[in-house]
Amino acid sequence: MKRLMSGNAALGEAAVLSGCTCYFGYPITPQNELTEYMARRMATSGGVFIQSESEIAAINMVLGASVTGARAMTSSSSPGISLKQEGISYLAADELPAVIVNMARGGPGMGNISPAQSDYFQATRGGGHGDYKTIVLAPGSVQELTEIVPLAFDLADKYRNPVIILGDGMLGQMMEPVDFDNLQRPPDYEKDYTLTGAKERPARKIHSLIFDTKLQEEHNWKLFRKFRLMEQNEVRYETYLTDDAEMIVIAYGFGARIAKGAIKRLRQENLKVGMIRPVTLWPFPAKALRDMAKTVNDFFVFEMSTGQMVEDVKLSLEGRGHVHFYGRPGGVVPMPIELSRIIARHYIQAQAGGRRRKR
Amino acid sequence: MKTVYKRPKLLKEAHFHYCPGCGHGIVNRLLMEVIEEMDLQESAICVAPAGCGMLLYNYFEIDVLESAHGRGAAVATGIKRARPQSLVFSYQGDGDLAAIGTAEGFHAANRGENISVIFVNNGVYGMTGGQMAPTTLLDQVTTTTPEGRDPVLAGHPVRICEVFSKLDGATYLERVAVNKPAAVKKTKKAIAKAFQRQLDGLGFSLVEILAPCPTNWKMGSIESCQWIDEVMCKEFPLGVVKEVRGGDRPRAEAPGGAATGKGASCS
Repeated sequence: MKRLMSGNAALGEAAVLSGCTCYFGYPITPQNELTEYMARRMATSGGVFIQSESEIAAINMVLGASVTGARAMTSSSSPGISLKQEGISYLAADELPAVIVNMARGGPGMGNISPAQSDYFQATRGGGHGDYKTIVLAPGSVQELTEIVPLAFDLADKYRNPVIILGDGMLGQMMEPVDFDNLQRPPDYEKDYTLTGAKERPARKIHSLIFDTKLQEEHNWKLFRKFRLMEQNEVRYETYLTDDAEMIVIAYGFGARIAKGAIKRLRQENLKVGMIRPVTLWPFPAKALRDMAKTVNDFFVFEMSTGQMVEDVKLSLEGRGHVHFYGRPGGVVPMPIELSRIIARHYIQAQAGGRRRKR
Repeated sequence: MKTVYKRPKLLKEAHFHYCPGCGHGIVNRLLMEVIEEMDLQESAICVAPAGCGMLLYNYFEIDVLESAHGRGAAVATGIKRARPQSLVFSYQGDGDLAAIGTAEGFHAANRGENISVIFVNNGVYGMTGGQMAPTTLLDQVTTTTPEGRDPVLAGHPVRICEVFSKLDGATYLERVAVNKPAAVKKTKKAIAKAFQRQLDGLGFSLVEILAPCPTNWKMGSIESCQWIDEVMCKEFPLGVVKEVRGGDRPRAEAPGGAATGKGASCS
């Protein structure tokens, strides 16, 4: 049955249906509907809800709940996510699962409360101190959000690593029809690391302090091998009208929805534009882009920032194609018609320069 | 022959890394004694700090999670809310609880979280080499107050028990010391009481323990113990700072609820 829900509320419901029993959060716009939803929902589902004194406290409460084996989540928006980075680094170091939601807003600093995509670097490069990565999932619609949430909890448990859901103020606050009919609660994993009291087993200790540099190095390589497994197994992306495309747009999240609208207009004008939409921003669909470069010369990156993912596109292509960029930072959300005009100009210039599909 | 002292089984056969004359070793031993005597090893979960106490997981035969500097009370909150049946306590130093983690401790106390905080106050940052702590006394010389702590430049000693006593959620706050045998006995009783109150679901408890740090105080071990009595206790008076049955709501509804445990009294 379809219900009309905001992205934030739908995310909360999907989390509870995914087995999340502990939520900790601190108010910040544009994600307050999620915190408020969890306050009501946890009261009826028997879960734990705390409005914490800070983002730092919230992520550390998540760490505490996670170490007991509970599925735990926190959410915030850009400035608050900066505060959570300490705890995310510890979660990664301790190999503890958690889901962290960022309904991003314009920045840097206080910025504003409008949708933005300027937290891409922070999300995809670990974000806190030390050598680690987090899986970053970027849904583009409220319905997709409900499918991403169980996946996020599953990947967190599977790899024992924090997972970031990166949305933006638009995704969090707009209302769309959504159903939870196909939402499957992720399986429970055998957790042999949890702290539950030393009953009928030796005492356990979980810590990230490793004074012996050789052991710390081995721990770093162990994490690295885990991250490489994620890169091999967890890349997710969507392709749209790529078969005959002369130009591929790369955009994610809400930006990809704007881009899709732009591409529909361009197709009406017979401009052969397609799209690759990364769903996992880390691991990034690098191979998909490289494969695409066998036939396509021109890649157009659109982001609601001054250009962050564009660096991953360039790193992925390794010089195999022309990379175009258009960005609208600061919380500005362009209309599809604006984006379609920009793409069309780049497209026509590329064609005039003699660049065509390679085969 | 009557046994008057034995090493608690829960204290691992390991050498403490603590400096000679340090109070941490005594507090570590007392914690394991209390948990053993109250038969709580199967439910106890300790949150270790950053600072001199951070390696206690090498000595404790109970489950231990290391916390980031200052976040112990928040981490303990997460554990206790997710597992109310466990005995959950954080072990925190003065820099940890009274500076970088004041917000986490203050609000855990204010919510009446059913956890216990073991707060070791030795008036300096020990592990980092003897810098000024929030609890450093006025005129006390440290590496960052080379002329002595000047309140105009560096503020005043923070009395955590007295500050937390104003919060309705904090129900048991006692300041003790480990500078002489009688004081050590009192400390043990205070720890046992804090744990028993947690088992009874009475809410937030904190035991502040004045502990010697001869290395960074630049004193001998005995002189350090005397200095606690003669100087430190003037600023941080010993005794029960607050003890009430409950806060502003029935304790049955307290966060975490009543913990289960055998709860043998330890006195």
